[in-house]
Amino acid sequence: MPKLTIDGMEVTVEPGTSIIQAAEQLGIEIPRFCYHDKLSVPANCRMCLVEVEKSPKPVASCAMPCADGMNVFTKSAIAQKARNGVMEMLLVNHPLDCPICDQAGECDLQDQAVAYGFDRSRYNEEKRAVKDKELGPLVKTVMTRCIQCTRCVRFGEEIAGVNELGVIGRGEHLEIGTYVEQMATSELSGNLIDVCPVGALTSKPYAFTARPWELRRTESIDVLDAVGSNIRIDARGGEVLRILPRLNEDVNEEWISDKTRFAVDGLKNQRLDMPYVRHHGKLQPATWQLAFDAIAENIKGKKIGAIVGDLADCESIIALKDLMKALGSLNLECRQDAAQFDTSQPAGYLFNTTIAGIEKADAILLVGTNPRTEAALVNARIRKTWLANRIKIGVIGPQMDLNYPVKHLGAGPETLEELLNGKGAFADVLSKAKNPMIILGAGALKRADGMAIQALARKVAEKYNMVRDGWNGFNMLHIAASRVGALALGFVEGTPETWSKVNALYLLGADEIPIDKIDAKAFVIYQGHHGDKAAARADVILPGAAYTEKNATYVNLEGRPQTARQAVFPPLDAREDWKILRALSEVLGKTLSYDTLAQVRERLVKENALFGAIGVVQPAKWTSFGKEGKCDKSPFVLPVNNFYMTDPITRASKTMAECTAAFVMSPKKKAVAHG
Amino acid sequence: MKKAEAHIAKYPKGKQASAVMPLLDLAQTQHDGWIPEAAMEEIGRILDMPRIKVFEVATFYTMYNLQPKGEHHLQLCTTTPCWLSGSAEVVKACEKHLGIKMGETTADGLFSMSDVECLGACVNAPVIQHNGDDLYEDLTPKNVIEVLDGLKSGKKPKHGSQTGRTTSMGVKGATCLHELAEKAGVKKC
Amino acid sequence: MLSDKDRIFTNLYGWFGADLKSAQARGDWDGTKGLIAKGRDWIVEEIKKSELRGRGGAGFPTGMKWSFMPKEPGKDGRPSYLVINADESEPGTCKDRDIIRHEPHKLIEGALLASFACGAHACYIYIRGEFYHEAAALQKAIDEAYAAGLLGKNAAGSGWDFDLYVHRGAGAYICGEESALLNSLEGKKGFPRNKPPFPAGAGLYSCPTTVNNVETIAVVPEILRRGGVWFGGIGKEKNRGTKVFCISGHVNNPCNVEEAMSIPLKEIIEKHGGGVRGGWDNLLAVIPGGSSTRLLPKDICETVLMDFDSLRAVNSGLGTAAIIVMDKSTDIVYAIARLARFYWHESCGQCTPCREGTGWMYRIMQRMVRGEAELHEIDMLLDIGSEIEGHTICAHGDASAWPIQGLIKHFRPEMERRIHEYRKKLAA
Repeated sequence: MPKLTIDGMEVTVEPGTSIIQAAEQLGIEIPRFCYHDKLSVPANCRMCLVEVEKSPKPVASCAMPCADGMNVFTKSAIAQKARNGVMEMLLVNHPLDCPICDQAGECDLQDQAVAYGFDRSRYNEEKRAVKDKELGPLVKTVMTRCIQCTRCVRFGEEIAGVNELGVIGRGEHLEIGTYVEQMATSELSGNLIDVCPVGALTSKPYAFTARPWELRRTESIDVLDAVGSNIRIDARGGEVLRILPRLNEDVNEEWISDKTRFAVDGLKNQRLDMPYVRHHGKLQPATWQLAFDAIAENIKGKKIGAIVGDLADCESIIALKDLMKALGSLNLECRQDAAQFDTSQPAGYLFNTTIAGIEKADAILLVGTNPRTEAALVNARIRKTWLANRIKIGVIGPQMDLNYPVKHLGAGPETLEELLNGKGAFADVLSKAKNPMIILGAGALKRADGMAIQALARKVAEKYNMVRDGWNGFNMLHIAASRVGALALGFVEGTPETWSKVNALYLLGADEIPIDKIDAKAFVIYQGHHGDKAAARADVILPGAAYTEKNATYVNLEGRPQTARQAVFPPLDAREDWKILRALSEVLGKTLSYDTLAQVRERLVKENALFGAIGVVQPAKWTSFGKEGKCDKSPFVLPVNNFYMTDPITRASKTMAECTAAFVMSPKKKAVAHG
Repeated sequence: MKKAEAHIAKYPKGKQASAVMPLLDLAQTQHDGWIPEAAMEEIGRILDMPRIKVFEVATFYTMYNLQPKGEHHLQLCTTTPCWLSGSAEVVKACEKHLGIKMGETTADGLFSMSDVECLGACVNAPVIQHNGDDLYEDLTPKNVIEVLDGLKSGKKPKHGSQTGRTTSMGVKGATCLHELAEKAGVKKC
Repeated sequence: MLSDKDRIFTNLYGWFGADLKSAQARGDWDGTKGLIAKGRDWIVEEIKKSELRGRGGAGFPTGMKWSFMPKEPGKDGRPSYLVINADESEPGTCKDRDIIRHEPHKLIEGALLASFACGAHACYIYIRGEFYHEAAALQKAIDEAYAAGLLGKNAAGSGWDFDLYVHRGAGAYICGEESALLNSLEGKKGFPRNKPPFPAGAGLYSCPTTVNNVETIAVVPEILRRGGVWFGGIGKEKNRGTKVFCISGHVNNPCNVEEAMSIPLKEIIEKHGGGVRGGWDNLLAVIPGGSSTRLLPKDICETVLMDFDSLRAVNSGLGTAAIIVMDKSTDIVYAIARLARFYWHESCGQCTPCREGTGWMYRIMQRMVRGEAELHEIDMLLDIGSEIEGHTICAHGDASAWPIQGLIKHFRPEMERRIHEYRKKLAA
């Protein structure tokens, strides 16, 4: 382990640590533009030059590995001179148009110019102008501002897995470009905006909306898939203006999907902001009291069921469960997609390997899932692992466009059976692998024989030694943010689709069920935040809060409970969801036992201990699960056709509609090879 | 395709991207001296390389033309050694004779003129390269017109020195290796 | 002056055939097998004894460079490579061109010997794209050598399997920088790489690689045949052997010539270059080692010797030994401004200081030619140069600053005169 001195302080680091990283460990900040700790190191911006004793020239601290006995000076005259020079060079062809630039106020170039720049320009020649590039509806380009750090190109190649951006030309005319006016077709493209240290790549939907200092920041959790990406919600007044990623190495690292980032405009459209009650076949605005009274009156003596939607939080789920139990309901369901699997054993429905654990895998079998559209950040982790170790990945299901090479093994359950019998080339791969994984998706479970397929997958996992001390390679990949939380709270009672036989139905944001299967005479209560598919069928509408408007707990696909925080208030009469249920329970004479959020959370822990350790994944015990049986021969069908529109929020988003038009309806030709 | 495979075979297995330069050159030779988009896509396909990577390479090197050039693409070196030896006058003579400026193509599409950096024949300066292969050396405002007229008439003037000098030996003759010079029948000095 | 018997490149001017038979008649491929039989260590030792320093410009001791290569090549699964840099593009330089077209077998034989010494079974010669006929001539010679069993399996009967390939560049000066060359050879843009790792550790395809200039490799067979002591007896201490010089610009007899290292600059200009146009007193300045080296005014040219250390002592360098002579008629500011354009045009664009700074300097230099500048901008040019120099991945940034530094050091009064004159004209 090399021991070195930086600015007079000694530090011992892991072999291979760069000077810039070692300095960070000491709390010494070295300025940088091209260096990004998740990307490869080109060392081309030269901003991080430092003086190293005995080295004839200043050294790029991002690319220089620490060596024993090194003596580094980050603030010496030589280092300062180098930095000042680079800063001046960066600005000679920069337009200095900060007043009309969206990056201003959170711009690395601006900040570092203040720290290292001169107070005036000595450059009196003509400046360079660079043509802007068309990157689609999400990313706006002002390429004259570009400082050629190439972070975006490296992000595309290394993280997003789309080779669409490149470094075109050379010398002073070097520019970031695409192959003949091509859009960025990645579900992670919004991260380009974050990696760009200047205002060259900014958010198109957010253009000219706000300055960073006007924004109130709230650290929260995304719910538009089951990953539980850590986010920061930026709001001004009562309006959420943008969503940015927040670092969590275990979950999303520092990336978020385009859906997570850009669906915010959906929070403003088609909102349910007051209660409605159906009178003479027409939904009419009502007061909370009238709405509750209508419910009390109409569910009396009826057989009631409840369905939890994909965006529901755990507080409202437990409240709904407690209320339904009090009402004697035997029909509770959280699987809107009618996926069939054994819900009794957490090991059978969790992503046991964990997302970060994927990096240890050396072979992955994808069954009935397209992680790219179902959990973009899980997919990014798979790609990262492939890029680092060129691991083998096999697919059972439809052909699909993934951003790493895969071996397509078959279309349906029989291929899984073959694997169980040790047949096929991939059997060899799995038996040789040290840490093999299986990822079972909704595509394999959304069918009558789901239980049997789950059991089959378990047996495959066991045969190939995927589960042992210190390694659990069995995974289910969920799409809905509410799913694992609801399962953990036991929101499954009876069998799926029994809800079609009840005559009163409580829908907690459940819009993905086939509405036409609801009994025509059933009394339907819809509690949720968007006037989407189900609200139109409802007899009473109770306006709830979207995920940005409540303090709530969600459990991600790994079984990791995380806390979302309220960034803004729900609109008008809309209320936090558990409170609505608490209020209703009183009207129904079944008053729930909690009055405060803290009390609801105590109730959660009582129901399932996992809620006691926020942010932590507790490994599930391996037991037998599923129900062995005959599998149907029909091929798996993927659950997500359009990554951009999967729930009431994204369906209400104009930006997501634009993405659908640009990328799904008329997809541009995809890049041909994997970088 | 056969030619392409021969190029790819020069590099280790899995390193076929190394052949991108020879293939771009091949495409340019086979396509009237310039590389169309379709060719870059095909090269990407052959080499299992993202198109953007082919494009990056094609835009980095100055010898690849991504737009059509005249039938005779003249690349005039104007770097200091050529300039010291009179390249400015040679450029002027060409511009006057062809009626175009540097960077332009004649209306009949016959001649294009480009300004290039050192072509690596400085002791035979000034020099002009023709279509990326033939090098005309020891040019003067007078003999360059003969070269141009020769090209125009379809006769390919002999490349190399236009003053009859032997390669990089001094104009006045051999300053060393006299014994061998005698054997070769070359002038001594 | 070097005596003819010590000249290695006896067919430098192409008086005789470049074919194998003619080459063999000149002594090429004589006892190659025997040289290899003496072993790797013997070859490296002889080269060390010869004190041969790289002929591409940097002057790194060749024997030492070879000794960095793994002793047991391929042990870790990575083969070793020799790459020969024939991307001759430094303005003023055209020596490798002659070796390639007139003495290709010296290069090919040298490639085999050097590859053996480096433990490489494969070698790539990266030749600049503009050398179309030269590449063809080289390929022809390689084909001949294959046909004669001098290359390929059991090359020249030595027991060493050896393949030699030609890779053509496509117009990029920067690919003469060894790590840019390797990237180019791998099918990428010619961006120089960060060091470490150095090529001997991770070069071509991340394998151990030695990169040598054409001339360096081409003199190897003769050194091994005549002995390192012979080569090491020519020239001055630490600056040994023969060297091909290129004399261009304002001389009566521009030419390439092989001479002894450390020959006085004045002597080589007079004896081989036919003297300065209009006589020695008409000399204004000389760029002694290709465009990257700082120019020398006449008074230094009187006495300076043409070798690495003597030229470094006068704040210039031997570089590629390309002597660019400028007489008193020269617009010296334009001559250097044109080089500033060269460095601007050839910057790869990767590093900020070089990408932005070369253009900045070039634009100021353009104004300096007309005198359309401020006096303080002369010092600003030096300052900009110092912001580039030493702050980039490769030496292109340094090289872009040096010619301008040389100009200002020796011709500042001329620059000031132009500025004053321009102002006077403007006032009138």
